[in-house]
Amino acid sequence: MPIDWFPLWLSLRVAVLATASAALLGIPVAYLLANREFKAKEILDAAVTLPLVLPPTVLGYYLLIVLGRESGLGRVYEGIFGTPLVFTWQAAVVAAVLHSAPLLVKSTRAALESVDHAYERAARTLGAPEWKVFWRVTLPLARRQVLAAAALAFARSLGDFGVTIMVAGNIPGRTQTIAVAIYDAVEGGSGDTARWLVLAVSVVALALLTLANRLTPRRLPG
Amino acid sequence: MMEARLRKTFPAGAESRAFALDAQFEAEAGVTVLFGPSGSGKTLTLNCIAGFERPDEGRILLNDVILFDGAAKVFLAPQARHCGYVFQNYALFPHMTLRENLEFGAGSMKNLERHKRVSEMLERFQLLEVGGRRPHELSGGQKQRGSIARALLARPRILLLDEPAQGLDAVLRQELYAILREVQRDFPMPALLVTHDLEEALELGDQMHVFREGRIVQSGMPQAVLDAPASVDIARQMGVFNLLAAEILSLDPGRNISRLRVGEWEINGVYYPGHLKGDRVTLCVVPGQVRVAAREGYPPANTMGLELQHAVAGPDRARLLFQGGLRAELPRTDWEHIAHAQQFAVEIPAAALRLVKG
Repeated sequence: MPIDWFPLWLSLRVAVLATASAALLGIPVAYLLANREFKAKEILDAAVTLPLVLPPTVLGYYLLIVLGRESGLGRVYEGIFGTPLVFTWQAAVVAAVLHSAPLLVKSTRAALESVDHAYERAARTLGAPEWKVFWRVTLPLARRQVLAAAALAFARSLGDFGVTIMVAGNIPGRTQTIAVAIYDAVEGGSGDTARWLVLAVSVVALALLTLANRLTPRRLPG
Repeated sequence: MMEARLRKTFPAGAESRAFALDAQFEAEAGVTVLFGPSGSGKTLTLNCIAGFERPDEGRILLNDVILFDGAAKVFLAPQARHCGYVFQNYALFPHMTLRENLEFGAGSMKNLERHKRVSEMLERFQLLEVGGRRPHELSGGQKQRGSIARALLARPRILLLDEPAQGLDAVLRQELYAILREVQRDFPMPALLVTHDLEEALELGDQMHVFREGRIVQSGMPQAVLDAPASVDIARQMGVFNLLAAEILSLDPGRNISRLRVGEWEINGVYYPGHLKGDRVTLCVVPGQVRVAAREGYPPANTMGLELQHAVAGPDRARLLFQGGLRAELPRTDWEHIAHAQQFAVEIPAAALRLVKG
């Protein structure tokens, strides 16, 4: 029986979109945590960390409540796109974002905080508004570590199982990501499929982690 | 013209003592030196003026613009203060070329004007050929000039210099002094220079405020402060003086002389008004005013027979260290005449001995 590679392609597509969304959402949060002092900072920090410690089923449950067909957000989505969000591959993207964003926020925050404050202060005394300080100075100086954080987030997006199966289900050819497909293959006794998919996801993850490691340690000489 | 009145307290932490900054001073055109040891609050003062730190109380005025007022809750962002800050390690952005760094400083100008002004500045500071290089490809002197040029492009109203000569070798240091003097001439504005180096204060300073534990303990022209340190602490902090503990044996206002006991020796001083026979005082003298002669036998009157512990013959001056920690400095040629001697007679001219308050 030929191997069905659809789960791998789906997972890669989900991971690309999830990483991009996690970066869009996560970098501003990391900026707030790294640069601003506000009352709810500790709560925000804890909330960002929560998905790392909660069981995936709990996260899936929350997502079903927030995005389900009965919820406000679910209805808005259905109104715009004509189909419900849950149990589509787009829901798998949302699941992967939830799974990978905490890691991205934490690593990006550390990256932004590691930039020598003298550069940011210099930019400010030169009259640069805060957005310009961040966009032209802080982010470029932290870019290697931020890219490494994105690579880690991508690898983590590939690997989500629990949240995905709760909100996107296990529909072969439509929402079955690689982690779910492996579970399915093992349960269904198709050892050959399981082996090849396991090998594929391991190789991709190893490559990403190697990339992330090569990005992190080096620093630009002053 | 800048006026600052600053108060800021830090409670004691796990690894730090409590600290209170309480300083008030003005800076006219010219270089005002904030002088003091590390931890005396001088860089904190600079950072309060630049807007990196917020004082608890006080007011900062720059050309009649209020940068900070504690009571009225005015606190301008660093962007709005027009302070040109030159950082200790230059803080040139490492991911930009030198030209891009300068363009960043000229950020508010229109493209054409920016290009023109940046080119002018590069030329003015002899950096035109290296404009395309990244900071790590520049020499120390080029980085130095680049960071000053960048600060000037933002059209500051005051220059803030945080230990700009720290860690520089002697050649670069002299180069920096020359550049800063040119900048003072061509871009007249007040400059605040933070340093713990007396040479630097004397080279560049028009005014000087001596910081100690968060307070200004003496103000004046650097040479005047050097000539008359207000206390033993200040004299010790300046690091250039010999400080001698002495007992006044006799005082003669008529002839303007006094007799002093320093260790086992008796020497002459001038008359010190307000003191009595038997007072124990501290006298200071700069090493350059100590006279050293070779001697045979018992030292002549008014001199001390001291053992030489260490001598360094520099390119033009020799520096000597005698027993008891007394330091002397004399021209190298003079030293060569007496260097062979076994014993020395050390004389301190009465007029060079200044009495400092405890």
